[in-house]
Amino acid sequence: MLKKIYKDFKNGLWKENPIIVLVIGMCPTLAVTNTVENGLAMGIATSFVLISSEIVISLFKKLIPNNVRIPSFILIIATFVTFTDYFLKAFFPDIAASLSLFIPLIVVNCLILGRQEAFASKNPTSRAIADALGMGIGFTWVLVLLSAVRELFGMGSIFGIGILGSWYEPMVIMVLPAGAFLSLGILVGIMNMIKRRGN
Amino acid sequence: MEEFRVVLLVFISTVLINNFILVKFLGICPFLGVSKQVETAFSMGLATTFVMTLTAAATWLINTYILEALNLPFLRYVSFIIVIASLVQFVEMFIRKSSPVLYKALGIFLPLITTNCAILGLALLIPLNGYNFITSVVFGLGAGIGFTLAIVLMAGLRETLEFGDVPETLQGVPITLILAGLMAMAFMGFSGLISI
Repeated sequence: MLKKIYKDFKNGLWKENPIIVLVIGMCPTLAVTNTVENGLAMGIATSFVLISSEIVISLFKKLIPNNVRIPSFILIIATFVTFTDYFLKAFFPDIAASLSLFIPLIVVNCLILGRQEAFASKNPTSRAIADALGMGIGFTWVLVLLSAVRELFGMGSIFGIGILGSWYEPMVIMVLPAGAFLSLGILVGIMNMIKRRGN
Repeated sequence: MEEFRVVLLVFISTVLINNFILVKFLGICPFLGVSKQVETAFSMGLATTFVMTLTAAATWLINTYILEALNLPFLRYVSFIIVIASLVQFVEMFIRKSSPVLYKALGIFLPLITTNCAILGLALLIPLNGYNFITSVVFGLGAGIGFTLAIVLMAGLRETLEFGDVPETLQGVPITLILAGLMAMAFMGFSGLISI
């Protein structure tokens, strides 16, 4: 049992990483990774919603009728997203302001609904928690890596602290929308290369 | 006349300058998933435009006359997503009855529109921007046309790319993202076209 839980946890980190391998949840990945702070906050918020809704859905999976399962999942997810949104607005107003629209849009993040459908509604709660943790961390680390690359090249800093000195001419394109597409494309390409070497 | 000018500016700015896909990052999933052929991309764009226009009207009414009138803003996400899901279901039933040919052409894409974040994003942007009813509907229509424009252009590029010599590691998703990046750069040229 423990071995199975560990396998479920590890699954999301690399082998079935939501962004690199499954290519889901793209909108927040591209939109909020202009600074490391935003990327990290988005990763944590998404992970929180993912973990709580997987727990609730795996607990109630026998009670939810099969025909209306998708609307029920979305309602449960939307409730947790509303909770997260109000929490961030109350305690971290700056982060809430810079993520703005993309916090409510966690409701329609395919990653979350996809995991409920593929995992939480079929497995016991303990395995669902492991899966949600793995997927959440897998999502967060790619977000942080991508935002670190973009912030470093786009502004010469990480977490708002200047890393590259004043000699560095920031490549503004990296923090603009076009830079998001380019850097994610190159990142997925590099990951593909590493994967191919591994095999 | 002034009203008409504002509506026209909102329309042009949502189609070109603040394009939902390339500038606001809304609706990336269908943009990457359904952009392999021009024809399917166009049908997807058409269906999305239709749902977006209806959503803009329906959510504006609900937000103004129910949620804001009764002071229930915390129910916004839950109620909007229900409205969108039922609207998509309704559109699906309507198209199936009225035009089986179109229904067949759209196929699986219709139900998937529910989880397209561009739709919920649109519904949430309207109260943020404080548009009135007419402007909201035009905003929805413009967002849909902008979506169709981007996805059809992308499909055209990808069809041509089939004959290109793409390095093995970049095949599939990476090269699509890089292409999208180049398109986003091109669309940056529209910024400053008009100002509101």
